[in-house]
Amino acid sequence: MINLTIDGQQVSVDNGASILDAAKVANVTIPTLCNHPDQTVKAVCRICVVEVDGRPGLQASCSTPAEEGMVVHTASPKVIRARKDIMELIMARHPMDCLGCQSNGSCELQAVAGGMNMTKPSKYDMDIRKAKVDKSSPSIVRDMRKCILCGRCIETCSEVQGITVMAKENRGYDTMIVPPYGKSLVDTPCVNCGQCVQVCPTGAITIHDDTMEVYNAMEEGKVMVATIAPSVRINVAEALGEDPGTVSTGRLVTALKKIGFDRVFDTDFTADLTIMEEGNELLYRLKNGGTLPMITSCCPAWIKFAETFFDDHLDHLSTCKSPQQMFGPLIKTYFAEKAKINPADICSVSIMPCTAKKFEAKREEMNASGYRDYDVVLTVQEIARMIKTAGIDFANLEDTEFDNPFGLGSGAGLIFGATGGVMEAALRTVYEVVTGKDMAPLEFEPARGFEGIKEAQVDLDGTIVKVAIAHGLGNAWKIINMIKEGKADYHFIEVMACPGGCIGGGGNAPRTWEKVEERRKAIYEEEKRLPVRKSHENPWVKQCYEEFLGEPLGEMSHKLLHTHYISRHDLLGS
Amino acid sequence: MEEMKVLLRNVDKINPKDAYDYAKAGGFEGLKKALSMSREEIIKVLEDSGLRGRGGAGFPTYRKLQFANSTENDTKYIVCNADEGEPGTNKDRILLSKDPCAIIEGMAIMGKAIGAHTGFIYMRGEYTYLREVLYAAIDSCKENGYLGENIMGSDFSFDVKLRMGAGAYVCGEETAMFESIEGKRGEPRYRPPFPGIKGLFGKPTVLNNVETIANVAPILDKGADWYRSMGTEGSPGTKLFSIIGNVNKRGVYEFPMGINLKELIYDYCGGIADGRGLLAVQAGGASAPFINKDQIDIPLEIDYVASSGGRLGCGTIMVIDDTNCIVDMIQNNLYFFKEESCGKCTPCREGTTRLYELVTKISSGRGKMSDLAKIRGLGETMANTAFCGLGRSATVPVESALQNFADDFEKHIDKDFCPVCDREGRVL
Repeated sequence: MINLTIDGQQVSVDNGASILDAAKVANVTIPTLCNHPDQTVKAVCRICVVEVDGRPGLQASCSTPAEEGMVVHTASPKVIRARKDIMELIMARHPMDCLGCQSNGSCELQAVAGGMNMTKPSKYDMDIRKAKVDKSSPSIVRDMRKCILCGRCIETCSEVQGITVMAKENRGYDTMIVPPYGKSLVDTPCVNCGQCVQVCPTGAITIHDDTMEVYNAMEEGKVMVATIAPSVRINVAEALGEDPGTVSTGRLVTALKKIGFDRVFDTDFTADLTIMEEGNELLYRLKNGGTLPMITSCCPAWIKFAETFFDDHLDHLSTCKSPQQMFGPLIKTYFAEKAKINPADICSVSIMPCTAKKFEAKREEMNASGYRDYDVVLTVQEIARMIKTAGIDFANLEDTEFDNPFGLGSGAGLIFGATGGVMEAALRTVYEVVTGKDMAPLEFEPARGFEGIKEAQVDLDGTIVKVAIAHGLGNAWKIINMIKEGKADYHFIEVMACPGGCIGGGGNAPRTWEKVEERRKAIYEEEKRLPVRKSHENPWVKQCYEEFLGEPLGEMSHKLLHTHYISRHDLLGS
Repeated sequence: MEEMKVLLRNVDKINPKDAYDYAKAGGFEGLKKALSMSREEIIKVLEDSGLRGRGGAGFPTYRKLQFANSTENDTKYIVCNADEGEPGTNKDRILLSKDPCAIIEGMAIMGKAIGAHTGFIYMRGEYTYLREVLYAAIDSCKENGYLGENIMGSDFSFDVKLRMGAGAYVCGEETAMFESIEGKRGEPRYRPPFPGIKGLFGKPTVLNNVETIANVAPILDKGADWYRSMGTEGSPGTKLFSIIGNVNKRGVYEFPMGINLKELIYDYCGGIADGRGLLAVQAGGASAPFINKDQIDIPLEIDYVASSGGRLGCGTIMVIDDTNCIVDMIQNNLYFFKEESCGKCTPCREGTTRLYELVTKISSGRGKMSDLAKIRGLGETMANTAFCGLGRSATVPVESALQNFADDFEKHIDKDFCPVCDREGRVL
């Protein structure tokens, strides 16, 4: 233990703790900008400087280790003067358009400035960085005028996801974080995962906003159909200011009805459908010598990643569409028929924890219904803003049930939202189909938790099935390399691009591992409460097969629920 | 005081590409002795010699070696800082081009002292033409058994590799140099961890300037007492000075530490060119203070210069005559720093440009007295908060000029104009 004094207060911290850590113990808040709890220490913004007795100048509290007997002043006049000056240097480069910024209210720069008793924006002449707003991506908008060069996005994209879409260009005052060679985001190997959005402290990287498309469709008199992904019900309350892990399924349905949606369906339903199709595909591949390991295809960021970096092994990917893209065609065929609505009059809106889903819905081939299968994809952040805009008191809403004919999703469908969930859901069904017995216990612990790569074996009446689960594309890389080297003796692999799975997705409120852990606990708690916990036991799924689809991997399934992939290797350049 | 030839002893006397020639002139004697000594004994000799870093900070050389020696690791590195990016500095170039084997020998001795088997010479991008000299010298050392496996029949092996910079001043900062050698963008790292614990490629590393390393072999050869017979108590040995600007005899000179700056300029370098008057001197590189003609009667020695608010640094002496305008000089100086800031931390990235803008405003007759206060305030912020030495010391010249040449700034602000500038602030 190290004993030191922070603003006159004695504190003890573990060896290796920084002054910033020690200040937290002392309940002293030191402002930070580049610091992020899930990332390495960068020490570049210099806002967190403090005065340490006996040391020249000021010390960055994030990168200076606490030492025995240290006497630290976190808010001395010298510190305050320096911090204000640094803030003024930043603000003289920053567009003062907070009122029209997507990050208004959630911006860390705004919050830090707000806590610094600023009396004017800057004593320096305003000189906003000259940079075009890059709206080329369907998922992510980059406005480098607002960038404060903290480097968080670079760390996420390079170190966590292993893609390195952007890096610093030029130096000094002209430094800018950009894709290489002046490319627009859409022309890079960006997989649209949105993890950069998650860590950006300002409005420099934001979600491509599609909310107006919803209002426009309403005005045109479309039949508004919303579907809610598994993790959205876990995350939307948090985005509206409630505690992480607050489940709000029924309230969300109510809110969507108030906003003007005519029908609200549960994407857990198509998650179950995915299990029916994918589980049977796995069994088919096992029986008939198909390409193994088979890899899940629910995650559109992973799919684009595979199409770019793994394009000579695309036969490993399950041909199943994601739950979102299974739902799209069902809405405009099965539901339209049943409800006697002209599919052309339907506006289907998918509500997702994910920015890559926007890209997925716009993929050329996603028109199995004869129409664009999904018209709009909204993220948790966007739907939270729509709820606020509509003046809805979300915290005090009554619950409403999902609409039919897709009234119920199983627990297996719900846990799709967490890493390992698809695997666990699939095993519950596959185990029972093969052995005729219930998997006991139903909770498949080896698939749970946040270990980067999880491995397990399941005994299907004598057939050993080896499975692996990777989340975060950095971990997917490892699995890919094993396959390329012929060292992956797995049968089935689940990959989710975002660390933690969809509950850590790029479309949610800004993440930290602490928050994602709360969301994880919530999703598994919620699943225990559900009446049906296995996809094949979902009565609505059975009904859908009986009335419309026929059987898993059947002709109709093939037409509506399965897809193909293309190589995007050329995005890597020569 | 006499000019001495300790580091420059072999200049134009041997073939720099030939290790055998270097050996004939007395080379590799230091290495030979070091090979029969323990690590601690080598470090002790350097400690006794009082050798201090010649790159800028004047840190005791033996302490760097001690840190790295006491860190257990199978892989350690010696790095030679040959980035020589200080404007007007060319002392290392002389050593690299005229006597590279002395540097290689020094690196091998340091390698022996910490248990490192690989050394990197990181050479300034503009010195491309010296590459062939260095490669030839390295090859010749290997051929003659002074480098490579089992040096001079001992059980010690050491190899030297050459890496080229790409023209970034900040890569002279040791951790930015590590990043650059590792193939990354040249930006400094924070400390701790210190290079002696975790340096190049995450391994214990000792980095020294070319000139520092050039001192190592003679010290091992002739002993600490011999070395201490030159220079001053706190700064033993000799120092190379790059004398530039408006003096009659510009060039690289070697003098014992402690030589008087005024004598150096007037007695050894022939005084101010064309019989003009002296305006200012900047002694110690781009981040050294500008002092006026009444402040130059000082000994050039690490601690004395430091105690007077300056930095002996790399020993570059820029002499400025009275046809120049100090505001113009400062504007030029800040232009350098704004171009060379790497952009990693806020105060340096933004501050260097803002200082340049403010001084430009004053220089061109648009300045106000309040701008002087802004410069002082920003200078203080940068000195206190910048990530590395570049941003922290970039403010020294402008602050010193505001203090030592306050009139010249006010002349520009009052539009009373200094005699050497036109109304747009251009030197006539």
